[in-house]
Amino acid sequence: MEAFTKHTGRAVPLRRSNVDTDQIIPAHWLKKVTRDGFEDGLFEAWRKDAEFVLNKPEREGASVLVAGPDFGTGSSREHAVWALQNYGFKAVISSRFADIFRGNSLKNGLLTVVLDQKVVDALWELTESDPQAEVTVDLEDRQVRAAGITADFDLDENARWRLLNGLDDISITLRNEQDISAYESGRPSYKPRTVQA
Amino acid sequence: MGRTLAEKVWDDHVVRRAEGEPDLLFIDLHLLHEVTSPQAFDGLRQAGRRVRRLDLTIATEDHNTPTLDIDKPIADPVSRAQLETLRKNCAEFGVRLHPLGDVEQGVVHVVGPQLGLTQPGTTVVCGDSHTSTHGAFGALAFGIGTSQVEHVLATQTLPMARPKTMAITVDGELPDGVTAKDLILAIIAKIGTGGGQGYVLEYRGPAIEKLSMEARMTICNMSIEAGARAGMIAPDQTTFDYLQGRDHAPRGEDWDAAVAYWKTLRTDEDAVFDAEVYIDATGLAPFVTWGTNPGQGAPLSANVPDPASYEDASERHAAEKALEYMGLTAGQALRDIKVDTVFVGSCTNGRIEDLRAAAAVVEGRKVADGVRMLVVPGSVRVALQAVEEGLDKVFTAAGAEWRHAGCSMCLGMNPDQLAPGERSASTSNRNFEGRQGKGGRTHLVSPQVAAASAVTGHLASPADLSDAPVTAGV
Repeated sequence: MEAFTKHTGRAVPLRRSNVDTDQIIPAHWLKKVTRDGFEDGLFEAWRKDAEFVLNKPEREGASVLVAGPDFGTGSSREHAVWALQNYGFKAVISSRFADIFRGNSLKNGLLTVVLDQKVVDALWELTESDPQAEVTVDLEDRQVRAAGITADFDLDENARWRLLNGLDDISITLRNEQDISAYESGRPSYKPRTVQA
Repeated sequence: MGRTLAEKVWDDHVVRRAEGEPDLLFIDLHLLHEVTSPQAFDGLRQAGRRVRRLDLTIATEDHNTPTLDIDKPIADPVSRAQLETLRKNCAEFGVRLHPLGDVEQGVVHVVGPQLGLTQPGTTVVCGDSHTSTHGAFGALAFGIGTSQVEHVLATQTLPMARPKTMAITVDGELPDGVTAKDLILAIIAKIGTGGGQGYVLEYRGPAIEKLSMEARMTICNMSIEAGARAGMIAPDQTTFDYLQGRDHAPRGEDWDAAVAYWKTLRTDEDAVFDAEVYIDATGLAPFVTWGTNPGQGAPLSANVPDPASYEDASERHAAEKALEYMGLTAGQALRDIKVDTVFVGSCTNGRIEDLRAAAAVVEGRKVADGVRMLVVPGSVRVALQAVEEGLDKVFTAAGAEWRHAGCSMCLGMNPDQLAPGERSASTSNRNFEGRQGKGGRTHLVSPQVAAASAVTGHLASPADLSDAPVTAGV
């Protein structure tokens, strides 16, 4: 996983709530067996509308998505995170994320930042009136900064440490191999098995 | 202090607990399918890792599989390649696989329970959000992403932050003609698509205890549509009776030991939930969605709501967008909404009881002119049972299409899709924009409402069918 410390970039204000993962990446894209090449599928249906915010020339190269509440609901498809990253997004800001999407994002180094809706509103107003406005997402200081806006955010220390260092979960878990083996040896015999070991 | 059901199952699976770290949980059962696993197997290959517990892992093919001509090569080369990738990966790593054409193939969340693999007090994961289905057995069942799929394949564990718990107590009894699907749609409308965020829901109370295992699966299945991490129902005699004798259920002394443990899996009297919700089942009626998220629903007898009636600006905006997409007008009676497609199936409502319920409604009747009705059993086993009971003939006599098992039109990854502007009454779980096909419009309903809608050509419940059933063949 790529480490995340601090990122500054222009933003895309997405004034929609309940953006489900079917909108982020439609199902027909899920037939691919790689983690890349999803950028053209990102918000595919909405991008057919020339007025959709992502299609505006002034948003080209923007890397921070500022979305409405309940972003990433629905399907567990990690392809939604890959599509956002493939397109160039480094961070997503919302007042509330769906759990599975949030978990997926943090495992891939896409920082999902939870801020009060009031701050999200302020970021929308700023970036709509000034598309060139830059937004800084600082994981070291756990802070989002933009012109006239400074907002602290929470992220549990363990997730932050893994992101800051770009650590791979599996390697961390395998350091506890003895704990896993000890647990396995104590499992009751009535637990289900798919095949005889 | 006492513990909730979810806390008991959680505690029994903690491999490692350390200050400042998420708990490391052991996973009892890992279900795989073709869509969310290829990148995980690639990760294992690149790191030179193996699957740690082949005996706790099982795969099937469901999302991409066609429901017609399954004996012929799959027409879509990309779908075919994805299925072939799963077959190659399972062969290379030694994972048990039930491919298309196998008698145990089907929607992954139908297959696990029917094999008896889903058991009370187990942890179950799958790279699919509807893994919450398995909570109906008192299992702690999470949908996970592909990175986590790789993590479980490699370690049989997952680091997870302990969720909060929410009790959803359903008092009273469901009235005649009101189903588990109506109940869960009403619950989601009440608490919202984010209402369960961060929680494991425990459905309890007299109305829940009376439900069959299949109805309980319908309820738990849609926990994710309320944003919950998982949904659970305490195991009881209904659960034990369902499991006994199934292929992978314990036997002999193991059965006795298992049941003794399963009986401890009830929320203690003095346990405290982080949140509580009460619903009175007696006041419920058939429920349908009108919008583009599963929380946008109302009783079938109601009208399409007026977005102006929402105080919250974000909800108002969402309702406006939804009506625009759905091509509906505020104040329009839900019963007047015409449908051109009816889908009966999915991990929500693709089990034998669902097919029986739909068949009972269409038996001796005809699907309305201009309406296409697809019946897609949740698994090959469900299909075989339905054929044995003659349900397939009931459906085809009514003019419905009897298809092969799979996810099908629930998410439209295979050729079963809505065309732009088409409108469905669907027993599936998501009415998102384009979910069932680009530009398609979805109303989530119970199997009974789906079948009645197929007969009338508009959203309807069986009670709306005043005609005497015509005899078959007329």
